[in-house]
Amino acid sequence: MAPKQTTLSRDLLIAGVALLVLLILPVLWPSKALSDLIIRVSAFSLFATSLNLLVGYTGMVSFGHGMFFGFGAYCFGLSMQRLGVSIPTALLLTIALTAVLAAVVGAISIRLKEIYFAFITLAFQMLLHSLIIAWVPLTGGDQGLMGGIPRPEFLGIDFGLESNRYAFSVILMIVGLLALRHVAESPFGYTLRMIRDNPERASFLGVNVFRTKLTAFIIAGIFGAVGGVIMAMFVSGAYPEFANWTMSGEGIFMVMLGGISTFLGPTVGAVILSLLNDLITRRTEHHGIFLGVIILVFALGLRKGVTDFIADWFQARRESAGAQLKGGRQ
Amino acid sequence: MTGPRSSVGCGVPALHGRRVYFSPRCNLDLAALTDCFSSASCIVTQTTSGLIIGLLLFLVAAGLTLIFGVLKVVNFTHGSFYMLGAYFAYTVNNLTNSYALAVLAAAIGVGLFALFFERFFISRVYGANVLMQLLVCYAFILILDDAVKIIWGPEFKSMGMPDIFQAPPFFVAGGIIPVFYLFLIIVTLFIAVGLWLIIAYTRFGTIVRAAAVNPSMVSALGINTGLIYAAVFAIGGMLAGLAGGLAVPVRSLTAGMGFSILIESFIVTVIGGMGSIAGALIGSILIGLVRAFGSIGFPLFVEGLMFALMAIILILKPSGLLGKEG
Repeated sequence: MAPKQTTLSRDLLIAGVALLVLLILPVLWPSKALSDLIIRVSAFSLFATSLNLLVGYTGMVSFGHGMFFGFGAYCFGLSMQRLGVSIPTALLLTIALTAVLAAVVGAISIRLKEIYFAFITLAFQMLLHSLIIAWVPLTGGDQGLMGGIPRPEFLGIDFGLESNRYAFSVILMIVGLLALRHVAESPFGYTLRMIRDNPERASFLGVNVFRTKLTAFIIAGIFGAVGGVIMAMFVSGAYPEFANWTMSGEGIFMVMLGGISTFLGPTVGAVILSLLNDLITRRTEHHGIFLGVIILVFALGLRKGVTDFIADWFQARRESAGAQLKGGRQ
Repeated sequence: MTGPRSSVGCGVPALHGRRVYFSPRCNLDLAALTDCFSSASCIVTQTTSGLIIGLLLFLVAAGLTLIFGVLKVVNFTHGSFYMLGAYFAYTVNNLTNSYALAVLAAAIGVGLFALFFERFFISRVYGANVLMQLLVCYAFILILDDAVKIIWGPEFKSMGMPDIFQAPPFFVAGGIIPVFYLFLIIVTLFIAVGLWLIIAYTRFGTIVRAAAVNPSMVSALGINTGLIYAAVFAIGGMLAGLAGGLAVPVRSLTAGMGFSILIESFIVTVIGGMGSIAGALIGSILIGLVRAFGSIGFPLFVEGLMFALMAIILILKPSGLLGKEG
C-alpha cells in the first residue's frame, strides 16, 4: 500500500523534527520553567492521546482513564523503590502490570455502553484511589509515595542529571505518540473507527467487537500509564491525586479542548490546559471555579476543540477549491 | 452519641468513612465477623446501621435512576446536590434551630437549584455527545465544590444531634438503636412508598412513565415534555437534597463529600438496574448491609466488596437485578 508507506515516513519525519526541536530547545533557551512545562506536557500528551484512542477513535468515553495514569506512577515508583531495578526494567514492569489491570477492568466495563461505560470506569478508578489511600504501608496513603524515586545509572546515562531526565521524558512522549499514531493508522485503527460508527456492521463483517474494544482499552491503558511514569519521574514520587477522578476529568477536557478528530488534538489540549492551569493557580486559589467556567464556555459555547476548527477550515478551503476547479472545467 | 459500631470489630470509622486506614490487625478480621454473627446484639446494631446507610443512599440513587430513566442522562452532579442539601440544612438549622425546617429547606433549595441547572445547562446537551454531558457535569462539580469552600470554609463541619433526638436509644436483643436512626428509617421508607405511589398511580406518574418510553409520542399528545423533564430533574434534585439534609446529624460536612455518595449511588443503580426505583431500593439496602458487616470483617476491602458485588451482577445480568433487558 503506497499511501500507507508515505504516511509512515511522513510521521517519522515529523516525529524526528519534533524530537530534535524539543532536545535543542533547552540548549538555546535554558529556562527551568520551560523544560518543566514540556515534561508535564509530555506526560499529559500521552495521557490525553491514549484517552482519545478510546474517545475519538472507538467512541468509548472513559471517565476513569486517570486510573492508569495513577497506577503507572505508583507502579513505576514502587518498583524503583522496592525492587531496586533499572529504569527501563521498571518501565517494562509497569507496562506489563498495567496491561493486566486494563484487561481485568476492561473485560468488566466494556459490557456497558456509552454513559454507563463512563461511569463504571470512573467507579473502578475510585476503587484504585481509595486503595491507594488506605494501603498506607505500601503507598504512603494520603501523603503519597515519599522518599523520592531512585535514579540509578543505566548504560552510563546518569538520570540524576536534569537534562537527561528531560530527554528521557521527551523521547518517551515522541516514541509513545508514534506508536499510538501507528495504532490509529493501522487496519486495527480503522476497525476501531468502524466500531465507533457502526458496531453492528463491524460485527457482521466478522469483527469481534468485544475483543477489539478490549485491545484498544489495554493499549490506551498502557500509554496512559507511561504518561504516569513520566510524571512520577518528574516529581520523584507519586500522589493519590494522580489517580483521583479530577485527573480523568482533566484528560477528557484536554481531549475536547484540543479536538477529538485529529491525532495531535489531545496534545494541543494538553499544552493549552497546562498553560491555563499555571495561569489560574498563579492568579487565584479558587482553581475549581475558574476552570469550571472555562469548561462550561467550551462545552456549551464552542462545542468543538481547537484543532477541529482548524481541520474544518482546511476542509472548507479544499472543498471550495474543488468546486472552483469543477466549475472551471464545465 | 457514641457510634454503635465503635464497640465492634477493630474501631472502624463512622458510616461512610471513605478513608479506612490500613492496619495489619484490621486487614482481615474474619474472627470479628463470625463473633458478630453469633451475637444477636451485634447483628441488630449492624443491620440498623446498614439500613440507614442504605436508605440514605436510596434517596440519592432513586433521584439518579429516575432522572436517568426519563431523561437518559446520568447526572454526575447528583452527589453535589447531596452536598448542597447537607450544607443548606446545616445553615438553616443554625439560623432557626429547627431541624424540620432545615430538612425542608434542603429539599426545596436543592430542588430549585436542580431546576436551574436543568433549564440552563443540562437541557442544552440532551441530544449531544456523552462527552459534552460529562464536561458540563465535571465543570459543575468543580464549581460547586469550590463555592462550598468559599461560602462555608474548607474545614470539616458537623452539626450534632438535634435536641428532639437526644433521647436514650432503644435496645433490641441487646443491640443499640438510636432514636434518630429509627426516625431516618421511617422517613425514608415513607418517601419510598410515596414515590412509588406517585409514579404508579397519579396522572403525573403515568406521563413520566410514558415519557421514559416514548417522549415524542407523549409530546405529540400535547404534553410539554420539556416541562416534564424539568419536573423530573427537580424531583431527583429534591431527593438528593433531602438525603443531604437528613444525613447532616450523622455525617461530617466537607466540600467533595458528594463524590463518594455519587459513586455508591451509581453502584446501586447498576446492581438494581438503571431506571428502576424498586431496583434502587434493593441495591441500596444490599450495599448498606455490605458496608455495615463488611467493615467488621474486611475493613480495608469494603470498597472492594461493593465492586465485587457489582462486577458479579454485571457479568450475570448486565441490565441489573430489576433492569429491563437490552
